[in-house]
Amino acid sequence: MSGRPTGRRVLEARDLARHYKVGGGMFSGAATLKALDGVGFSLTAGKTLAVVGESGCGKSTLARLVTLIERPTAGNLVLGDADVTEAKGETQRKLRQSVQIVFQDPYGSLNPRQKIGTILEEPLLINRKMSAAERREAAEAMMARVGLRPEHYERYPHMFSGGQRQRIAIARALMLNPDIVVLDEPVSALDVSIQAQVLNLLADLQEEFDLAYLFISHDLSVVRHIADEVIVMYLGRPVEQGPRDAVFARPRHPYTQALLSATPKADPTQKRQRIKLSGELPSPLNPPGGCAFNPRCPYANERCRTERPAMLAAEGVTVACHAVEEGRLPEETAV
Amino acid sequence: MSLLEIRNLSVDFQTAHGLFRAVDSVDLDIAKGELVAIVGESGSGKSVSMLALMGLLPWTAKVTADCLAFDGRDLLTMAPRERRKIIGKDMAMIFQEPMTSLNPCFTVGFQITESLKTHLGGSRAEHRRRAIELLELVGIPAPETRLSAFPHQMSGGMNQRVMIAIAIACNPRLLIADEPTTALDVTIQAQILELLVELQRERDMALVLITHDLGVVAETAERVTVQYAGQQVEKQPVESLFDDPHHPYTAALLAALPERATSKRLPSIAGVVPGQLDRPGGCLFNPRCGFATERCRQEVPVLNRGALCHYPLSRGVPQGHPEHQGEDA
Repeated sequence: MSGRPTGRRVLEARDLARHYKVGGGMFSGAATLKALDGVGFSLTAGKTLAVVGESGCGKSTLARLVTLIERPTAGNLVLGDADVTEAKGETQRKLRQSVQIVFQDPYGSLNPRQKIGTILEEPLLINRKMSAAERREAAEAMMARVGLRPEHYERYPHMFSGGQRQRIAIARALMLNPDIVVLDEPVSALDVSIQAQVLNLLADLQEEFDLAYLFISHDLSVVRHIADEVIVMYLGRPVEQGPRDAVFARPRHPYTQALLSATPKADPTQKRQRIKLSGELPSPLNPPGGCAFNPRCPYANERCRTERPAMLAAEGVTVACHAVEEGRLPEETAV
Repeated sequence: MSLLEIRNLSVDFQTAHGLFRAVDSVDLDIAKGELVAIVGESGSGKSVSMLALMGLLPWTAKVTADCLAFDGRDLLTMAPRERRKIIGKDMAMIFQEPMTSLNPCFTVGFQITESLKTHLGGSRAEHRRRAIELLELVGIPAPETRLSAFPHQMSGGMNQRVMIAIAIACNPRLLIADEPTTALDVTIQAQILELLVELQRERDMALVLITHDLGVVAETAERVTVQYAGQQVEKQPVESLFDDPHHPYTAALLAALPERATSKRLPSIAGVVPGQLDRPGGCLFNPRCGFATERCRQEVPVLNRGALCHYPLSRGVPQGHPEHQGEDA
């Protein structure tokens, strides 16, 4: 919600790209897979930036770059006031503490052989000089904060339900008091009633610790609920970016429109004309020329097939689309 | 007469801690060409009840029912050989994860023709023709070349289309789709749902859609059954269910949807679905219900205005509730 005062800027990304070399067997040369290209955004304390897109659009690669698991191939990533593309050794170690991540699958992201207490204390053991008693105290305080009971300290992950495990993963991410938390599909493995509990917890924690969230999701109804800003990605590139209300109230890019209209609405009385996208996501190894969306786009013309559109400002949002730029999109399809 | 008639179906699993009732007296009637949705969270027994119908449960499961009839023939008393003639032919099922439900060792063409061979007979050339026809029907481009592809060579959406092709190969009269789109992206989900609904309409096929996604239910189903902890807690046509849910669980589930939220905090349902060892007395939902009274903790409710509840809601007001006396809908 935009009622809170705007906080400080904690992360700035410019023209971020990540390319992978793949293949290169005995008979074939290596190919370059552009998992991410030309992404720029900033994160503000107390605010949520949501990244939306289908599988293969580069959401998770972005998460890996922001959490400093991987280095960008090109572009700048400034955390606080340090450029992480240059950082090495001790500085990098310090920077890494300020970004934490919560993964999608709470069944796979907790070590089944560690007790909850051990899981929560591990970041402190590595990064802080604290005595065992202090660590335990910190872990128990955090457990209480995320809604776990003190007796859970001695238990193993398999004794918990999906929602509780996700609480543990969130607690672990917060142990080092980070500025930024990357949430990689944190609720998509959970049931609706549990999803609501976890979303509420995330909102509470954001207010309390003034956290900046990078919220990665494919569920637009969740994004609409939690985000302040939205980036819609397609095949490694942003196609539309702007404040949540602007993007949802009037989606401009044909892909954003299709994505919104494909999301089922829990209202049987509202029968809508669905924008039908034919085909599937093309292979990122061999992306179509021009605009990557052109083979599935109903408005594509010759220019779309040859020239890649740039991100251009259009009434509060930025959109990468020739049709929007030229004004040849039909008037509003209400979604 | 209805195509499928289920009366009082219960499934018990033999576990280390004794019997666990995964499905508790479920009733379901499905007419020819009808689209019914079963919604519920994980652990609500929606898949198990349909697996019981298909006879796909392991031996540890004890299936009991007053009536489990397909097209007037009782499946429980039928000889296994007879039952196998119906399953896969007149009654077919699509499973949740296309990537793991297809056999990675065989080509797509082989897996489609397998059921044709078993149920319809005919020559190999006929099977091949039919397989190509099916792949075309489910919207797979270049079906002739796809016949020799293995599941790992195709995307999740394509594999789900193959699953659908296998299921409808013998023109079933009843298709059970168990979370057919959960593992897929939204634009692909929209394509698959459209395909299923189209098949249901064109072929007059009954379709049971098992899902946890209320959005999918709202957009496709005609009648809805809500399940909770193995019990059917509410049955309604889709419009009235979303407009005026009678069971507090359904109401809470709808309120917890982010798209229905009115503030930053969602009205969540506290606690989790009860498991084997913490099943409450009385109504199974009482520990999580905002309207629970002493009566709910003691007395097992019966179906009341389409909801398994002592005080079914009407426009959000529990009827006959001691604290809501005199409030009218």
